[in-house]
Amino acid sequence: MDGDTTTTARSEGDGRQGGHALPQVSAPRNPGMPLDLDRVMRVQANTSAIERRCAALPGRRSIKKDWQAAWLVRAIQCIDLTTLSGDDTPGRVRRLCAKARRPLRHDIAEALGVEGVTTGAVCVYHAMVPTAVAALKGSGIPVAAVSTGFPAGLSPYRLRVAEISESVAAGAEEIDIVISRRHVLTGDWQALYDEVAEFRAACGPAHVKAILATGELGSLRNVARASLVCMMAGADFIKTSTGKESVNATLPVTLVMLRAIRDYHELTGARVGYKPAGGISTAKDALMYLALVKEELGDRWLSPDLFRFGASSLLGDIERQLEHHLTGAYSVSWHQPMA
Amino acid sequence: MTVQEILETMEYGPAPESAEAALAWIEEAGGAFGHFIGGLWTEPGEGFDSRNPATGDVLARLTQATQADIDAAVAAARAAQPAWEGQGGPARARVLYALARLLQKHARLFSVLEVLDNGKPIREARDIDVPLAIRHFYYHAGMAQLMEAELPDRRAHGVCGQIVPWNFPLLMLAWKVAPALATGNAVVLKPAEYTSLTALLFAQVCQEAGVPPGVVNIVTGDGAAGRMLVHAEVDKIAFTGSTAVGREIRRATAGSGKALTLELGGKSPYIVFDDADLDSAVEGLVDAIWFNAGQVCCAGSRLLVQEGVAERLHHKLKARMDRLRMGDPLDKSIDLGAVVDPVQLAAIRSMVDAGGAEGDVYHAAVQVPEGCYYPPTLVTGLAPSARLMQEEIFGPVLVSTTFRTPSEAVALANDTRYGLAASVWSENVNLALDVAPRLAAGVVWVNGTNFFDAAAGFGGVRESGFGREGGWEGLGAYLREDWPAPLPIPHPAPALAAPQAAPGIDRTAKMYVGGKQARPDGGYSRAIRAAGGHLLGHVGVGNRKDIRNAVDAAERAEAWSRMTGHSRAQILYYVAENLAARTGEFAARIDAMTGGDDGSKEVEAAIRRLFTWAAWADKHDGAAKGVPMRGLALALNEPIGVIGALCPAEAPLLGLISAMGPAVATGNRVVLIPSEPFPLAATDFYQVLDTSDVPAGVVNIVTGAPADLAPVLAAHAAVGAVWNFADPALTRAIEEKAADTIKRTWSLRTDWHAPQAEGRSFLRAATEVKTVWVPFGE
Repeated sequence: MDGDTTTTARSEGDGRQGGHALPQVSAPRNPGMPLDLDRVMRVQANTSAIERRCAALPGRRSIKKDWQAAWLVRAIQCIDLTTLSGDDTPGRVRRLCAKARRPLRHDIAEALGVEGVTTGAVCVYHAMVPTAVAALKGSGIPVAAVSTGFPAGLSPYRLRVAEISESVAAGAEEIDIVISRRHVLTGDWQALYDEVAEFRAACGPAHVKAILATGELGSLRNVARASLVCMMAGADFIKTSTGKESVNATLPVTLVMLRAIRDYHELTGARVGYKPAGGISTAKDALMYLALVKEELGDRWLSPDLFRFGASSLLGDIERQLEHHLTGAYSVSWHQPMA
Repeated sequence: MTVQEILETMEYGPAPESAEAALAWIEEAGGAFGHFIGGLWTEPGEGFDSRNPATGDVLARLTQATQADIDAAVAAARAAQPAWEGQGGPARARVLYALARLLQKHARLFSVLEVLDNGKPIREARDIDVPLAIRHFYYHAGMAQLMEAELPDRRAHGVCGQIVPWNFPLLMLAWKVAPALATGNAVVLKPAEYTSLTALLFAQVCQEAGVPPGVVNIVTGDGAAGRMLVHAEVDKIAFTGSTAVGREIRRATAGSGKALTLELGGKSPYIVFDDADLDSAVEGLVDAIWFNAGQVCCAGSRLLVQEGVAERLHHKLKARMDRLRMGDPLDKSIDLGAVVDPVQLAAIRSMVDAGGAEGDVYHAAVQVPEGCYYPPTLVTGLAPSARLMQEEIFGPVLVSTTFRTPSEAVALANDTRYGLAASVWSENVNLALDVAPRLAAGVVWVNGTNFFDAAAGFGGVRESGFGREGGWEGLGAYLREDWPAPLPIPHPAPALAAPQAAPGIDRTAKMYVGGKQARPDGGYSRAIRAAGGHLLGHVGVGNRKDIRNAVDAAERAEAWSRMTGHSRAQILYYVAENLAARTGEFAARIDAMTGGDDGSKEVEAAIRRLFTWAAWADKHDGAAKGVPMRGLALALNEPIGVIGALCPAEAPLLGLISAMGPAVATGNRVVLIPSEPFPLAATDFYQVLDTSDVPAGVVNIVTGAPADLAPVLAAHAAVGAVWNFADPALTRAIEEKAADTIKRTWSLRTDWHAPQAEGRSFLRAATEVKTVWVPFGE
């Protein structure tokens, strides 16, 4: 495995506003470890118990008033503001990047005392990487590129590896790779490990987020085992979904992946990040995801270097909630500037 | 804190539920409550303060019930009950439905009031206690609607005295009141003195729901009031609380004819096998032992973990404990609230202080507020012999030990006086479903804990009590049936002036113990004479050692309980076949002893009865309950174990068969005390058993005086139930002795030739429902 465990994905000295050092750069990378199949096969995930824990969570944790506002601001900081559409154009991507730089209406940000808050990253297809890099220049916001034959991951292996290098060369600092679901479904853990390890190597200094496509893995046990294998192979983040599966991020899947991250941390000391993606569209959902992360992994993970939301419409709802927090009146979408 | 500052800490912040409406309700009542009797409130009288354990504040002034209050409440219930039962099930169903709806409408008020009174987290009252209480009334509205068609021969007891504990004040009220009302009983309920407020609010709801005055009466007070209620003119007592008080109630009601159900303490095992989802098992422990701060009768308080994963599990558990949040019970993000009262806090503290040194005590690294709070605690490294491993703590204290194999897990799990609940964690369905039936518990949760529902029976075995709450099995506890009058007992013959030899070769009637004929331990025999007075033979005079030997033999015959119903049926049919072959001989024996001439009729009836129980052996089906969960809640009819039966005097053979048949058909082993005046039919009968492949120890026969033997049986810890079909005068002594080990008793005199003498009541008496919850999903 490459020895770049402390390499930061980004150069220092990016111009950042408001003195908020984005912490994306602070965590040492996951060095990975040899595939430990005994450990992988020992992993269990009891679906109904996991579902009960998640179903009870909203009743167990309630975040109100200023705390809710702060948590929602943190949620914004953790958003990978995303557009992954066939009709993406440079203009559309530039608008998105502008929104990433200034996700909150200026008066709302000011009233909350959180001017300078940005989203965690902007996430686009390879073709849009140069546009996004240019649009975000000087903001400190990294560009993430989905890669490796996203979303199905079934293009020629050689091309999938090459796609990573091209996106990195184009300036992407984070690469969201998709794994070959068939390796999980057939129990070929070695193949999965080798694939992710090679993707990781191809990323070089760019952080690698391994998309498991949990909606296609058949069982939570498979999700748990695949999570562990991807981390052993050196994934910096594990991510639920492409957003294109019929079932994307859910709390049960999240609980399973967070527990895998915790086990891996205890085993190796390495902190791997988590990114739920797809289907998280309300501020309330976002609070529950953050609460679950806090419960299972602790406060250290409540930070953009270790936690991201892959979401396109979440920001809008958070903006409305924050306006409501300030005014006491419910808001509408057209009060918030579009992306 | 500013938003900026919170961003640094990412704390949860406060999320308080308002107490305003609940406090306003108390204030509206003037801050003081009387009793609710006959649909009216009595003037508040001498009494005591009800306090909020989280703050120590006085919430309200409550009235201590006097004897006159109890009498008035029971009289009001007595007066109201016939009309209530007479209304019929469908009319009662509407009232129960209204109660359910009104509880739902006032759900938040009940929740907050419960929190103020008890100290449990609002999350639990709001999401668990109150919804379950509501569900209980809905479910029993349906029971009221259906019971007349489904249970046509059964009737309400009349007036039920109900005593509920402080840990689930409203929920336990619902568990008691809903089935009682559904079946047409009237109730006098006494809530625990720490937590009476939701019961008083419920009284108000009863008025709104149109419950006729006197059908529900609520009296407040401490244990003294409870004692008065137990001694009052009630037909049934239903109690949930400690084993010590349950025992006292059993003694107090002994021989009174009052029906009784007891739901008592526990030290429920929580078994984690090495293939379990350990993280989920840890999360399950949060619900098992930190739910309601461990003040839960069925709390999974005894962690048994397979040795190879113990260290990992304990490590994960401690980390999880450190993340629990203790504090203001009205805060919506609190996991543990206050302990119910400083008295309880002191009890928990003293137990851990005294016993903790036998293991390693770990207190969670949580902020423990000032006052009535005890931190989540884990004690590892305890041996089964440690006091903390055996005694109920009733607080947020988990104790732990390890096991090597599934059999050892079962042995450790069952190494307790209690038998309320158990949890089994394994991803292997073969293992989990093998272990579940072997656990001595009324409820078993597979890969989960503390699942409850109105449709699923809940209750214990051993010293955790008897009777079930919930489901059809729970409904039965509020119903009785009328029995035909017994036939007269023929007079035993007087001895002739001069001793006379029995005709033919001298035959020695012995006891029958463990498949062998046994001489009486005491070495005494008693002459049995024919109706004409001449000697028929001698039988041994059994004593306590004969009972001991018989119970030992019965215990050892445990394989019978695991045998298939089909196999048991085959053996019972074979017994019938062999008895039939000797009809003439048995008929003559009966006629000779009793001086009657219908011995052949009795033998014929006995053969028919054996056929009936053989038929039932493979048909006493369990059920899969319709619980609101993706999973199964299986009601399994499990044998009691060893049943001691005092057989009726007047039907020497039929009476014996009537006791033996249902017991062994359902998998029990029996110790039978045959008809005292006419025992020779029983001693002849063991030869039939011998020739019918009945395994040794399944049926044991000890002749002797029931008055001497019954108390020994009732006191024997290995006997699960005592049936007294012989002499009602013995019931009191039996029930007093049975209190020591909280065993079930049944006293019945009836016409043994009647069809009811082979009815379902016998099946119910011979089995206890075990509810096994198996959630599933991949």
